Amino acid sequence: MADPIRWARYRWQRLISTEGGEGSSSSNSSNKCYQSSKTLGKHRIVIPCLGHFKEEYEKVSKLYMNNKIRTTKYTLLNFLPRNLFEQFHRVANLYFLFLVVLNWIPLVEAFQKEITMLPLIAVLTIIAVKDGLEDYSKYKMDKQINNLLTKVYSRKEKKYIDECWKNVNVGDFIRLSRNEIIPADMVLLYSSDLDGICYIDTAGLDGETNLKQRQVVRGYSEQVSEIDPEKFSSRIECESPNNDLSRFRGFVEHSNKDRVGLSKENLLLRGCTVRNTEAVVGIVVYAGHETKAMLNNSGPHYKRSKLERKVNTDILWCVLLLILMCLTGAIGHGVWLNRYSEIPFFNIPEPDGKSIPPALAGFNMFWTMIILLQVLIPISLYVSIEIVKLGQIYLIQNDIDFYHEKTDSTIQCRALNIAEDLGQIQYIFSDKTGTLTENKMVFRRCSIAGQEYCHEENGKILNLCSQRGSGGLHEVCVTIHSHGRYGAGDAPRSGHVAFSSPIETDVVPDTQLLEKFSQISSHSYQQSEEGSSESSLETMYVADFFLALAICNTVVVSVPNQPRQKVRRPYFWLSVRRLSSSPAPSVKESSPESPNSFVSKLSIFRMKLASPELDMVNVAAGCEDSSAASSIELSPLSKLCYEAESPDEAALVHAARAYKCILQSRTPDQVTVDFAGLGSLTFQLLHILPFDSVRKRMSVVVRHPVSGKVVVYTKGADSVMMDLLRTASEEMEQKKIKERTQKHLDDYARRGLRTLCMAKKVMSDAEYAEWLNHHFLAETSIDNREELLLESAIKLETQLTLLGATGIEDRLQEGVPDTIQALRKAGIKIWMLTGDKRETAVNIAYACKLLEPDDRIFTLKSQSRDACALVMSKILEGIQKNTSAEKKPSQKLGNVSASPSTQAPGFSAGLVIDGRTLEHVLHDSLQNMFLELTEKCRAVICCQATPLQKSVLVRLVRSKLKAMTLAIGDGANDVSMIQVADTGVGISGQEGMQAVMASDFAISQFRHLRKLLLVHGHWCNTRLTNMVLYFFYKNVAYVNLLFWYQFFCGFSGTSMTDYWILILFNLLFTSVPPIIYGVLDKDVSAEILLQLPQLYMMSQKSVAYLPSAFWITLLDAFYQSLVCFFVPYFTYYGSDIDIFSFGNPINTAALFIILFHLLIECKSVTWIHAAVVAGSILLYFVFALAFGATCKTHSPPPNPYWVMEKHMMDPVFYLVCLLTTCVALLPRYLLRVLQGTLCPSPVLRAKHLDRLTPGEQREAVKRWRDDCAVNCRAEFQAASGSPRSPTGAVPGEESVASVPPTSKTPFQARSGTGLAEDAASLADAQDEPGDTNGLNSETAASLNPSKETNLEASGGDATCAAAPARPSGEDSAAAARAHGAGVNPALPEEDAFVYFTKLEC
Amino acid sequence: MKNKTSFPPQEGEARPSRCPDNSAFKQQKLPAWKPQLTIATVLSSFFLTGAFCLLVGVCLILSANSVREIQIDYSDKCSECSKLRENSSNWNKECHCSINFALKEGILGDVFMYYGLQNFYQNHRRYVISRSDAQLLGRNANIQKSYCAPFTTYRNGTPMAPCGAIANSMFNDTIDLFYNLNSSVIQVPLLKTGNSWWTDKNVKFRNPESYNLSSAFAGTARPPYWQKPVYLLDEEDERNNGYINDDFIIWMRVSAFATFRNLYRRVKRIRQFADGLPAGNYTFRISYNFPVTKFKGRKHVILSTVVWSGGSNPFLGIAYVVTGTAATLAGFVITAIHLKLRKKKTYFQK
Repeated sequence: MADPIRWARYRWQRLISTEGGEGSSSSNSSNKCYQSSKTLGKHRIVIPCLGHFKEEYEKVSKLYMNNKIRTTKYTLLNFLPRNLFEQFHRVANLYFLFLVVLNWIPLVEAFQKEITMLPLIAVLTIIAVKDGLEDYSKYKMDKQINNLLTKVYSRKEKKYIDECWKNVNVGDFIRLSRNEIIPADMVLLYSSDLDGICYIDTAGLDGETNLKQRQVVRGYSEQVSEIDPEKFSSRIECESPNNDLSRFRGFVEHSNKDRVGLSKENLLLRGCTVRNTEAVVGIVVYAGHETKAMLNNSGPHYKRSKLERKVNTDILWCVLLLILMCLTGAIGHGVWLNRYSEIPFFNIPEPDGKSIPPALAGFNMFWTMIILLQVLIPISLYVSIEIVKLGQIYLIQNDIDFYHEKTDSTIQCRALNIAEDLGQIQYIFSDKTGTLTENKMVFRRCSIAGQEYCHEENGKILNLCSQRGSGGLHEVCVTIHSHGRYGAGDAPRSGHVAFSSPIETDVVPDTQLLEKFSQISSHSYQQSEEGSSESSLETMYVADFFLALAICNTVVVSVPNQPRQKVRRPYFWLSVRRLSSSPAPSVKESSPESPNSFVSKLSIFRMKLASPELDMVNVAAGCEDSSAASSIELSPLSKLCYEAESPDEAALVHAARAYKCILQSRTPDQVTVDFAGLGSLTFQLLHILPFDSVRKRMSVVVRHPVSGKVVVYTKGADSVMMDLLRTASEEMEQKKIKERTQKHLDDYARRGLRTLCMAKKVMSDAEYAEWLNHHFLAETSIDNREELLLESAIKLETQLTLLGATGIEDRLQEGVPDTIQALRKAGIKIWMLTGDKRETAVNIAYACKLLEPDDRIFTLKSQSRDACALVMSKILEGIQKNTSAEKKPSQKLGNVSASPSTQAPGFSAGLVIDGRTLEHVLHDSLQNMFLELTEKCRAVICCQATPLQKSVLVRLVRSKLKAMTLAIGDGANDVSMIQVADTGVGISGQEGMQAVMASDFAISQFRHLRKLLLVHGHWCNTRLTNMVLYFFYKNVAYVNLLFWYQFFCGFSGTSMTDYWILILFNLLFTSVPPIIYGVLDKDVSAEILLQLPQLYMMSQKSVAYLPSAFWITLLDAFYQSLVCFFVPYFTYYGSDIDIFSFGNPINTAALFIILFHLLIECKSVTWIHAAVVAGSILLYFVFALAFGATCKTHSPPPNPYWVMEKHMMDPVFYLVCLLTTCVALLPRYLLRVLQGTLCPSPVLRAKHLDRLTPGEQREAVKRWRDDCAVNCRAEFQAASGSPRSPTGAVPGEESVASVPPTSKTPFQARSGTGLAEDAASLADAQDEPGDTNGLNSETAASLNPSKETNLEASGGDATCAAAPARPSGEDSAAAARAHGAGVNPALPEEDAFVYFTKLEC
Repeated sequence: MKNKTSFPPQEGEARPSRCPDNSAFKQQKLPAWKPQLTIATVLSSFFLTGAFCLLVGVCLILSANSVREIQIDYSDKCSECSKLRENSSNWNKECHCSINFALKEGILGDVFMYYGLQNFYQNHRRYVISRSDAQLLGRNANIQKSYCAPFTTYRNGTPMAPCGAIANSMFNDTIDLFYNLNSSVIQVPLLKTGNSWWTDKNVKFRNPESYNLSSAFAGTARPPYWQKPVYLLDEEDERNNGYINDDFIIWMRVSAFATFRNLYRRVKRIRQFADGLPAGNYTFRISYNFPVTKFKGRKHVILSTVVWSGGSNPFLGIAYVVTGTAATLAGFVITAIHLKLRKKKTYFQK
């Protein structure tokens, strides 16, 4: 459902952009209840049409649009004029219109008037039909949306009745139930939710699947019963429709002139879906095209592909050529006329009996020639390119490899005209979270009280799942899912519930921990509270740890089939007293309610809700009883859904749940946890100190139901948490735990896990009361409230007891390292632009092979621009020194390989730069130096970059380096860079549709990029290039036949072919084969392209479409046309041949030449090619025969009557055609043969591989890769003299593949700023001359781990065995490679370790 | 590689999977013939082409050589006449001239007589279209709409029949051939019909329907350059008169080049000419009407035989031989290259 809406919005925007906001204000068709509204300056007043507002409505009602949308461009009536108008905006069409007009001038007329119009009409018709069909589908979509039903309040019937969306008007009351889509922008007046909250899911709008809260307008939320539209007597004033999604301003004016402000929190947006809320009622304020959703779209972006730009320049060349040819004709005609003193017979005099002077005749002839030779500018080229692109897009969209089962999504091609740019990408700018990683947090390990539980079983399953792509393991995953707690049926659809894919939710408990956990009983827990024995102390830790996991968060619990509902109970008001007297069903509430805690509750509530309604507090207090408890009994475990703000939280809650510590419900002031051993525990929630980036932790303050004490559970980053622990010296136990936990944390970080520490603190009531007083003061203070609150929070979060730590994994997406490696081998530079911290970014970069372990890393971190400049120049100097030293020997070896691996062979470095430094670097004065530096680095990582910086970077590279850029991202923060890049790719993943909406291509997985670029990019580019070249060839070759004839007919503009056949030749007989060629030709198979990414460089550098290629093509065309003309010419010279009998063999031979030329160029001929070529030939002959048999008097007068028939019986005709075809094609054939023999291009060699048997193929591919690797390696080796070879083309993927990608990821998840400072000290003096520290900046050339890794190679598992055996005869290089290959897989972990230990010191 | 069936359809949801079809076409896996330039195909293609071309070329040359042809330029030999014709006011003055020639050997077989024009641009664009096919079909067509102008009507409105520049400039020399046998002069019998395409004569050109030709063309006038009206083109043969006159039809089939020949007569193979033209002395007697000096042209009369491959032009045969030689040579060169490269390892060999 969301799709049509999005789509409609898109269409509408497009419409607006072209129509200039003309809009289509459809008349109000419904005559029922109307809203009353009037324009008041820039505001709009929304009044319901009920009661006393009625007369006011009458005056102004027609001013606002209703909810009907129309996104179509045309109507039946205006289709033709409007479509024509738009089509004539294209220069090409105008050119042909000009030709048609020119042909109507008798003096220069070359063809019959009507005939010249034929191609133009054909082109216009094809495009019009295409546009029409497109528009019709829009129309159907609109209709579908307009006719959706919703419940609108009807004044007549005094109830909500079903009404179509299109009949909804501003001022209508709409009542929506759960999971219904909001039909128009409306102000929320009622929600069945307890707190006047409505949850919406904006997936339809921006695709974000996590729930967002919307609040009932203040003053309405306390209403107990549903709002009665009849009694609604307020008017709403709000801003005029605008497209700002994040802003809504206005107020409700009650009848007593009281005004209540409205904000975006009160607005439900069209296209969103109501979730978890049984019913909501709202009043429509914006409808139809005036809704924010419809207004909010930047519109489609038309990008012109690089190839197309190039085609345009070549067309200009053709124009030049045409003018030259026409000039030749004009001058020739003048000269020819000059030869005759009087009018010869054959030169027809003007009506007055005189003939025009040669000069004027020559001038006229110029225009005649333009008409005659018009085909030189290929009109059909534009249409063909468009059709070919459509075909290519169709094939891309149907590629089954882009299908992602989990999300049932496949690739979406949103831009239809830049498919071939995919084959020329030089730079990829990638987002990190959600693009490279899954943005799904998975609980991997935990450490409780210094004891590690590594959850091996869980890990195994995760690994199995992550390898699913490689084999038949999918079933394993499926069975695991169904064995899990979910029934197969109620597994939440990932599209609807945020952060709860099976991988996250299914945590398989660690057996050891489970055992300990099962020991927890209410008895043992009581015991442990007293802190007696050692084992029970541990039990207490375990229990508290899990409680912390379950409680210390802001997760919203929802039961899919039982939404949160306002439960109105008669004893509602009494609940405060009941609280103290009635015990919870399973837990004894031991401590009496103190006055303090009551105050605290008050304050919490004030903090949480903006409106301090005192009696609402009671709602919270009363919740522990039946409603919560009964829901526990009613709903089985599986029915719970967790909606978390961050995926980490969800992962932790799910982990707790796996241990049967299940978060059951959460209301503003209590949390219920179903604890296996203890039964259902209801915690009174006293405070939530939310997460902020300064504290890097969050806390909850609860009253423990068992002990009755006030307990603080804190969760946060280890760097801050470790300092907050109890430091009393007598606590040896704690110290030990702390040490061990820290060790585990480091270990987690090394494994690339995100770490969190859990701690708790028990407070006595007195302590709590004291703190509360302060806190209360802080809350109520008006000045510097935030600071005081922070202070208060810090005060609370001290003297904590460490419970344990967790390791959560933000898993890399499947196949990311492989993809990145392949893309890099393809010569694409990859930049990672992320808003994350440097440590995280660098670690992910290692994990996804963006950085190789032995890359040198330069870190740019400067406070000032000057310092930055200095550092950069230092780095550059260093690099230069290196490379200049390397150059000499490498030249000796020469470039044996046809496919070099990276731009800077032998030297690989990564550049890490952070947002603040980026600011300096992007300044005009430093841009060039920065780019120079980045060109020397094989990977650039920009961390803490803002969306704007991302787009500026992309634009910089695009404009300064003139490189083809591709930006890929999944979130709203990537939109700007996606739009700026030549090709924008959106990942339709977790974060929503905004990136997808802005993108040209939307894929579901990063790994799909590999096939998209390497295969489809290559294909599309090669195909289109070849087709375009072929088109030029075809037209030049054909037109030149006419041109040559001019030399023999006094440059009079005669064509030796009948006009019909002449026109149809391009339009009919030779138009389809190139299109098929452009859509289907396959130079190298997909498998080979994927295996040999190096081939991408052929299309990247557009080897097929170099300027030389264009001119060679033209030369060939000239040659062929010469042959095609002069062989028949000399054959028939001096004979009694008539003009059409002479043209016929030429034309026929030209057809064969042009079609067979295509077959020579074709790399793969399928039956479709064969059929189309055969069909074209057949069509030609059928047409020529039929035409020859019937055209006795067709006009214009000369006709080829019976010519073809006569020729078909003449052997000479066949002989001429045969010879002409042979001679014309011989050079190209020879060229192709010699090319294949003497200097086979990589593509040709790859093509050769396709013919081998699979076994041979594998062998050959391996040999090729080895060749390349050896070449690169040798180059590097000679260059650096190092025994190690760190180039990108490292073989040994076989061994890598067997290691699950996640386990070898050297993450550095440690937070804190330690790294930056430490790294500075690592600056390798050898490589980085000069002390940069003094400049308040640093360059960290860390990681020169060759020695370390060599030392540790013995520990590198048995991977050496997996190193491919290689042929002998390659001496040291091979040895080095063997070494490298063997060690490599083991490297990352070791390196991370090295890296880490270095940091420690 | 892909298991297309593994997508589990979700119960209760009829939403079809968006999974694309796994068809060969959509997955671009159609079986394809990949024209691979292997040594076998390449060499065989070159050698076969070469052999074939050589063979055909030899045949063509042989057959072209068997053609006997005599071409006589009479634009100079009849200089008085040509001077007379330079002045268009002498249009109705007759002028005859004779040209003698000797055949050392007889021309055997069907002998065709052509007139040839040089430098006459019959293929000029506006000349080519200056005709009315509808009129020539005998229809009462509105020739004003055709491209005949300015040869459409006279000033007084009388339409020209036939209209247009092509018809107007029709070749109107009369050429007769005489065989001088022992001081007696025998006129060689010549066929003036059957020279044009059958379809032209019987379909494309029709006289207007009427009881006789002169009435059929009543109300029309001859083209300005003509000496007699169209219905008097051949007064002897009703079926060769008017629009369906063979000479006229042939003239109306405009030539491709500025230098061309048109079939004029065929030798009727009777009596002593049953085997063609015997050796001996011959005379062309030409009634000289067609002026060529105006456009610096020349006129020929040609006697020739015809073989299956056309006339005496040997070009096609030579071209075939040359092509065949070139292809064969290329084949050898490639073989040499291949043999040389075979020692090194290349990707070319099988």
